[in-house]
Parts: sequence; structure tokens; C-alpha cells
Amino acid sequence: MENNGPLKGIRVVEFTSAWAGPYATCLLGFLGAEVIKVESQQRPDHSRIISFTTGKAFQTLNESEVFNNLNLNKRSVCLNLKKPEAVEIAKRLIKISDVVMENMRPGVVPRLGLGYDAAKAVKPDIIYISSSACGQTGPDREYIGYAPTFAALAGLPHVTGYPDWPPSNFLGSIDLRSACTSAFAILAALYHHQQTGEGQYIDLASQEAIATYAGDIFLDYVMNQRVPMRQGNQNDVMAPHNCYRCQGEDKWISIAVTTQTEWESLCNTMGKSDLIDDPRFVDMNHRKINEQALDDIIADWAINLEAYEAMALLQNADVAATPSLSSEGLFTDPHLKEREIFRQVNHPVIGKNWVIAPPWRLSETPATVKTYGPLLGEHTNDIFRDYLGMTPEEIGKLKEDQVIY
Amino acid sequence: MTPSALKGVKIVEFCTTVSGAYCGKLMADLGAEVIKIEPPATGDEARRKPPFLKDDPDPDKSGLFMYINTSKFGISLDPSNPRGKQIFERLVDHADILIEDHPPGEMEKMGLGYDALKQINPGLIMLAITPFGQTGPYKDYKAYQLNISHMSGQGYLLPLVSPHLERPPVQIGGNSGNFDAGLTASLAVMAALFWRGTSGKGQYIGMSKMEALIAMQRVESVTFPNSGVSMSRKGESLRMSGNGIFPCKDGYVSIVTPEEHQWQNFMKLIGDPPWSKAPWCQNRFERGNHADKINAYILEWMKDKPKEEIFRTGQALSVPVAQVNTAEDVVSSPHFNARGFFVEVEHPVMGKLDKFPSSPYRFSKTPWAISRPAPRLGEHNKQIFCETLGYTTDDLEALKDAGII
Repeated sequence: MENNGPLKGIRVVEFTSAWAGPYATCLLGFLGAEVIKVESQQRPDHSRIISFTTGKAFQTLNESEVFNNLNLNKRSVCLNLKKPEAVEIAKRLIKISDVVMENMRPGVVPRLGLGYDAAKAVKPDIIYISSSACGQTGPDREYIGYAPTFAALAGLPHVTGYPDWPPSNFLGSIDLRSACTSAFAILAALYHHQQTGEGQYIDLASQEAIATYAGDIFLDYVMNQRVPMRQGNQNDVMAPHNCYRCQGEDKWISIAVTTQTEWESLCNTMGKSDLIDDPRFVDMNHRKINEQALDDIIADWAINLEAYEAMALLQNADVAATPSLSSEGLFTDPHLKEREIFRQVNHPVIGKNWVIAPPWRLSETPATVKTYGPLLGEHTNDIFRDYLGMTPEEIGKLKEDQVIY
Repeated sequence: MTPSALKGVKIVEFCTTVSGAYCGKLMADLGAEVIKIEPPATGDEARRKPPFLKDDPDPDKSGLFMYINTSKFGISLDPSNPRGKQIFERLVDHADILIEDHPPGEMEKMGLGYDALKQINPGLIMLAITPFGQTGPYKDYKAYQLNISHMSGQGYLLPLVSPHLERPPVQIGGNSGNFDAGLTASLAVMAALFWRGTSGKGQYIGMSKMEALIAMQRVESVTFPNSGVSMSRKGESLRMSGNGIFPCKDGYVSIVTPEEHQWQNFMKLIGDPPWSKAPWCQNRFERGNHADKINAYILEWMKDKPKEEIFRTGQALSVPVAQVNTAEDVVSSPHFNARGFFVEVEHPVMGKLDKFPSSPYRFSKTPWAISRPAPRLGEHNKQIFCETLGYTTDDLEALKDAGII
């Protein structure tokens, strides 16, 4: 497929694994950047092996649909970075790239000889981003972290869940928030480079990326010494603001009301126009105070409906209401079907595999899914030949010496 | 003066409440000149959202508004009025980027759709953020954050782990869904800005909030079409054991052990108990089958230990463990503070906020910085209308009297 993406011409070389690193460069790949992934048999991307989020382990290194979904459009080369020759080849890749991304534990990449200083020595205007759980500085910088732990440190779980139940855990989606944040930082550095010719180093801390999601929650403490708690679906001011059970197994409708007009429409749609004048619910303040009684009334109404039926009834009355969808619900939703959110790629090992489309529609430079996530080392020969001018003999020798491994 | 990454980029932000404003803030704090347009008299919705300084619901004391509008210029303007429209067009003529979040068709109705604005400024990048995108059966549906969170499938999987499916799915705490949308939108805008730098051309970008949130959960979203599995908030995958959020003496800790050696380290942390040597405890799959038993042992060990002790002693043994931080914990965290995550901001009405959340990226050349606190309503009317657009102070008075600004 032709590349008309806005980042066409930008080359990224990455030394990343799992989710937070790989998806950052995958986003750049959607936008047209060329992404070269450096891995090895010894250190393959972790998502080729196991997915904690979906509870799946993979038998071979080329059959992970999770890796596929997070590494679309990329090419993979194998380099065993424990060998000095491999490090030299990696530097040659850096020399012909615009952006380097790595997400090893702080200190590891410089020890391998591929830190920012080494990269800058071969490519003075390189943009180099290190993504780590806690950042490159600070007392906890070497602490080990994954999505569930850096989310916990960032303060989001404490405010997510039921008030009478432990905080909610978070899995992979938290990594993807860190990934989006990294991609934003890289894009800002790319723009600066375009304007000035100057590269730079970016230290990104995943736990801070998630903490920025809780900025207003911290401010409640800073301004009022209040420690915000979990409140389910509830909101500090809006009521109703909840999820109500509908017909069927684990089917729900979410309803949120702000204005008086929405409130009256909701009452009329439920066939309970008498509630409009009920003193318990006369304005938002009263509705919030009497929220439990209100939730009970709405729950009694919703339970007799299909979730989609409730959505149609309420949306036709201009009330914000949507079902709570599972993976199956998303896949079968007519709106998402029409907008082609689910895309299929043809993977050489796992066959036809569904992935999620890029989340933007750019009129002139569309973001696209072009190819499946690469097999381990699938492009070693091509890239070393085309970009580094290696002969088949040289490549053969490097394989023999387990530099390419 | 320290250089900033987005110096010279001019953005007009015509959005309400959170998502679009957050997108604008991300760029404003990196040096873009963002002009925020608010409705005259009432001001932006976010001004009426908590938390408020000392719980005083003054429109200049919302911590949320302050958080998502730093570094911006604020003007008041009603572009639905012909004179206001003219001013809006002049602002757009001066801008590189317009961010708007009105329901599909509304900008066109005002004569301010992309086709019209492109005539004025052919290089314009226009971003439209709406709940469901510009096309498809739900494009005109209404949705607040709660509805988007549930419709996108994020809510359906929370809280993780839920005690039973009789209780409703929940949204992530705070404004997370809106921030997902704003952050995701910023990537497309930045890429389009980069492309404009190479091609000189602008473009139109449509983004559905729902799709931004689905992309953030892209792995969980495709389990049904790929494997016939819809995950639920029962947390099946977490039952690979020894993983999760556990209560301790003064709160909770989060543990995850994707690698076998990490599990072994965890056992070392709790004193290599006899049960850890049992045959059913030797690999993650076997442990998954005995999760209830194992979790009971872990709970027993933790119940009289403080969260920070478990966190620190665990990390010293390379166990991926973290304390579940409250807002207070994060604000007073030595690590967050050592990295300078919290900065001091002075606001003319709120006074000095000494622990204002900053950013997750440390750029070596173009540091993140708050150039000014969030604007008061119409604070920069004179500066923008008179100094930038050349209106006289008399014009300004007349516009004010007509309710246009």
C-alpha cells in the first residue's frame, strides 16, 4: 500500500519491548513513519511470548496476535546486542534514522553502548526517547514497573472502582496511554527539528504519563487537603450518572444528565413525567442528594429494555445514553461496522487477524494499517542489504557468528 | 530565553469542557500560542466543574479548568453572531490550527465549516473532536465522558477485579476518558503540522472520542473476533496468580510477576513459605489453578504490613510491586518531587498553587513550561482583539455591549 502519511520520510529505529514502547512507534507508523524494530532470539519483544492482559502464552515467537496489533506496519531485524559487532551495526541504523526509542531499564542501554551519547556521536541531530516506568532520574529510577504497578503509583487505581471495594487494577491499556504520551513528545521534537535542525533527548516516565491523567484529582488535595475516593460511575455534580442493568446477560445502559431539558426528556421517555415536579428531583443539586432513589427508579425502567433499545429511545429524546460494550459488543456494533474500526490483516503464521484501525481521519494524509506486525527478523536481510549495503556473504557470516541472532 | 518545541505555532481552540481543552493544553505547555474561545457571559463549562479552591464554586477557582487551560490566552466570543463570525474568521486567518468540538454540522451552520475556512486560510489544519465522529449512524448522538467510557468498552472491564457481575461496570476515575480523547487528538494534529512543514498544505482531521478510547484498549477489543472471547471484569487473566491488588495494613499494594524469577523473588520477600515449594506452585499456570489458596496466603502475610514497607522491600528484591498511591501519597512522593513533577504556579484569583502537576516528559532542549496560568474569562480580549487584530477600544466596548465578546 502506498504511503501518504504525514510522517512519510521519517525513519524510527526502536529497541523496545512489551507495550508502552512498541505502541508509541506503531502510532508513528500509522502516520507514515518507517519503523525498524531491533530484536533478537535472545531478547524478542515480550509480547511475542506472553500477554498478561488477555491471559495468553504463545508457543512460538511469531504467533502472538497481541504483538501483531501493537507492531503493525513495522519491519523487524535481529541483532544480538551482547556482541560488540551487533552494537556497531545498530549504530549504523541509528545513523540513518531520525528517531531512536528504547524502553529498557534505566542504565541498560548506555551499558550496551547505545545510549543517547553514543547515538548522538553517530547522528548529531538524533531525537532519542527513553521510556521507563519511573524515569531516568529520582530515587526510584531503577524500580521495576509494569502497567499495574506504575498505574498504582500514579494514583489512578485509587479513584477507580466501587467505594466499598478495593481499587481497580489496570492492565495493558495503561501502557498504551504511556505510548501515546511518548508519541506526542516525539512529534513535538520532530517539529522542533524541522524548524531548527536540532535533535534532543527525551526522558519519559510512564508513571508520570499516568499521573497527568489524575492532575485534577491531585489538585483537590493540593487546594482542599481532600483525598478523592472511588465513586463507581458517579460524578461530583451530575445525577443521574450511572450504568443500569438491561435485559440479557451483563448488558447495561449508561445514562448521564446535565441540563434540565435532558432531565425532563429522560422523565418523559421513561413515561414518568410526574418525576419532573417531584420535589426530590427539582434541580441537579436535589437529584444529586437523592441520587439513590433516582437510580432505583431508572434501574426499574431499564431492566425491561434491551440496551440498544434504551439507547435509541433516549438518544431520540436527546439524552446521553450508551450501552456498556464488550469486545463482542464492539465488533457487532453497526456504527463501528460502518466506520470500519475493525480491520483484518493477513498474517503469514496466524492467518487473518483482526486489529483496530488508527483513531483519526486525516483528509490529505490518511493514517493507515499497511502490514501485519513483522515476524522476528523478517526484514534483517532486506534492511542490511538495502540500507547498510551488506552482501549476502557478510550477512551469512554475521549469522554464523550469532551477531544476527 | 529557553526554546520551546512548538514556538510560533498558533492555535485557536473553540471547544467546551475537557477533551479539546486538554489537547490545546498539551501544545500550549510546549510553547504553542493557544487562543481559547469561551462563550461570553457564561464562560466555559469546565469553570463550573470541581474541584474548587476551598470548595468555592467561583468560575476562576476551578482546579479542573486551571489544570487543562494553562499557558493559554483566553477570549470571549460568540461566532454565531455575524459580527462575531467575522472576528472568528480573522482569528482563523492568523492561525495554523483550529481545534473544535461542536456536534457535526454545527460549524457549517455558522458558515465556519472547513470548506469555508479553507478559503480564508488554505494552510489551515482543522481538528474536529466529536463523540462518534463525523459519519455513521450515531454521529449526532450525545455522549458525556461516562457514555463514551462505556460505549468504547473501557468501562465494561472495570473494576478489575469486580466481586461479581451483578454490580455495574464503571468508568475510570476523574477525567481519564476525556484526557484519552485529547491526547489522542494531539497526535494527529502534530503529525499534520509536521506535514504542513514539508508540504505547505493544511487539512481536516476528524476524530471520534469513542474510537480514541477503543484504540487505547485495542488488545482487549479484538479478543472476540479473533478468539471468540469477550473478557469481563472478573479478571480471568489475572488469575495467573500472585497478581493483583491486595489490601495491607494501611491501604493496598499492586503486584505483577510476568517473569518466573520475579515470582521467585516475591516468594523470597514473603520468607520462602513451605507452600511455595509445593508442586502446584511451580509455574504460573498451575498457580492460576490455585489462585484462591495462594491469594489467601498472600493476604495473610500482608495484612499487618504497611504499603510502603512492602513496596520498598519488594523492589529491593526486584519484585514488581507498588503501593497504591492516593492523591496525598503522590503529591508527597519523594520520587515525584525529586523529578520535579510538581511545579509552582501563581494564579491571580487562586493565589499560589505550590504543587501543580506538570508533565511526563523531560526534553533536553525544549523544556515543558507553564507560560501563564489558565486565563480568566475574556482576560486577553484587549490584547488579542486590539493588538493582534487591530480593533480599537471603542470597537471592543461596542462588541461587549452587543454581547459578542
